[in-house]
Amino acid sequence: VIHPIPSGTRDVLPDELRELRVITDAMRDVFEARAYGEVATPALEYETVLTRGDSAAADPAYRLFDEHGNVLVLRSDMTIPIARVVATRYGSAPTPLRFSYVAHAYRAVKQHRGHPREILQAGIELVGAPGPDGTAEAISVLCAALDAAGLSGYHVGLGDASLFPRVLEREGIPAGARQKILFELASQDMVGLERELEAAGATHLYEIATARGGIEVVPEGEPLSELYGLLEPHVADRVIFDLGLVRTLGYYTGPVFEVYDAAFGSPLGGGGRYDDLLGRFGRSLPAAGWALDVERIHAARLEEGS
Amino acid sequence: VRIAVPRGAMFKETLDLLDGLGIDTREVRANDRKLLFEEAGLITMRPSDVPTYVEAGAADIGITGKDVLAEQGERNVYELLDLGFGGCTMVFATVAGEDPAAEALRRLGHMRIATKYSRIAHDYFERTGRQVEIVEVKGSVELAPLTGMVDGIVDLTATGTTLRENGLVIREEIMSSTARLIANPVSYRVKAAQIDAVLRQLRAR
Repeated sequence: VIHPIPSGTRDVLPDELRELRVITDAMRDVFEARAYGEVATPALEYETVLTRGDSAAADPAYRLFDEHGNVLVLRSDMTIPIARVVATRYGSAPTPLRFSYVAHAYRAVKQHRGHPREILQAGIELVGAPGPDGTAEAISVLCAALDAAGLSGYHVGLGDASLFPRVLEREGIPAGARQKILFELASQDMVGLERELEAAGATHLYEIATARGGIEVVPEGEPLSELYGLLEPHVADRVIFDLGLVRTLGYYTGPVFEVYDAAFGSPLGGGGRYDDLLGRFGRSLPAAGWALDVERIHAARLEEGS
Repeated sequence: VRIAVPRGAMFKETLDLLDGLGIDTREVRANDRKLLFEEAGLITMRPSDVPTYVEAGAADIGITGKDVLAEQGERNVYELLDLGFGGCTMVFATVAGEDPAAEALRRLGHMRIATKYSRIAHDYFERTGRQVEIVEVKGSVELAPLTGMVDGIVDLTATGTTLRENGLVIREEIMSSTARLIANPVSYRVKAAQIDAVLRQLRAR
């Protein structure tokens, strides 16, 4: 008998789950050793609560009604649920607060592209520790988790969500043109970016948007160079600066990062600093965090080993 | 760096371009059945498959048309450079004479459009405020309006010859397209130096 399951979902059988467990157990040890207590939150949340965080980021792919007609959604990440937890359960607790999780998140898929609907994420949230020290700590835990997961060839792409918007503003580019330029950058369309920069008479900024490499590509006085100075040497060695790096979620306010491994064709995860998000839930605190896709890490590890 | 090369209309100019980068393309030119050329670091495929392979990291960079990128939208790839060749235009065409699509729109309030580019067609008519029903076909789109199955077509044309020979005329131009260099998002960072070197050479061409 064959009973189908939805596209983009799958069963995990004992052999694979054993291997995934090795990875998540190793990461949990890292979280525990660094005092990031593990939390679990419901997979279902009220839509009205989740969309307080960021309407686009929280844009849930799966909605259902409960018995009273309330709209429930499946969470699309863990950052927003933890922001809710902090505001409601830790309203006056001393900071910084450190949380970790190993949990599923739910995303929409595009047809026939092999995207999963259900993603197993492992990650942390560091709440109430401002940058650059808080960001440096988050990246340090990130590298410890990747080391523990058994990856050897990974890199951390490091950018700043506020850098290019600030540069455009400083150059006196009008708001309308700025929006077009940032749209092309977020779309990863460098041809469009060059076209819009040219239209705004700012072609010299193209080099900033496409700068990737070591600390030498970071302009003097940028917060990123201070952050870099705080990283331990073995963490700093993993960093590739990317001044045009834009994460798709709208709530990032400062440094952002993504994890790459030449053994896998997509980023393994990422995160950044979001100093405005907690305030939308009623307790204004600076925060940083990241999430890794456990199944991608597993795939990258197998490929590295081969 | 592994490169995804489009077979078809852009094939020859792409190989000429690769020659300019110092890549030996003789084996590729001599062999039109083989697909994977390990030594030269090339894989060949139809243009519409290039974003799929590049997104998955099976190739670090690739060459494909802007029309393909527009149709497949939201692929997680970087579009790095307009290569200039492979120029063509996405057009809305109907049979010559009185425009049956305009007539359908006036009389029925909507029109039927055959295309291989359902996303581009859908977005275009929505943007211009016209209701359409898209009929997706895989082969020669020119046939569809001649049989009366649809009122018009959206298709790619370089010279307009095929359209003319089938008694169709261009009513509107939707977008123009040229070949683009695209990159996998991981390779774009991890192999930044190699990819930027390719970009510099191509820009200096």
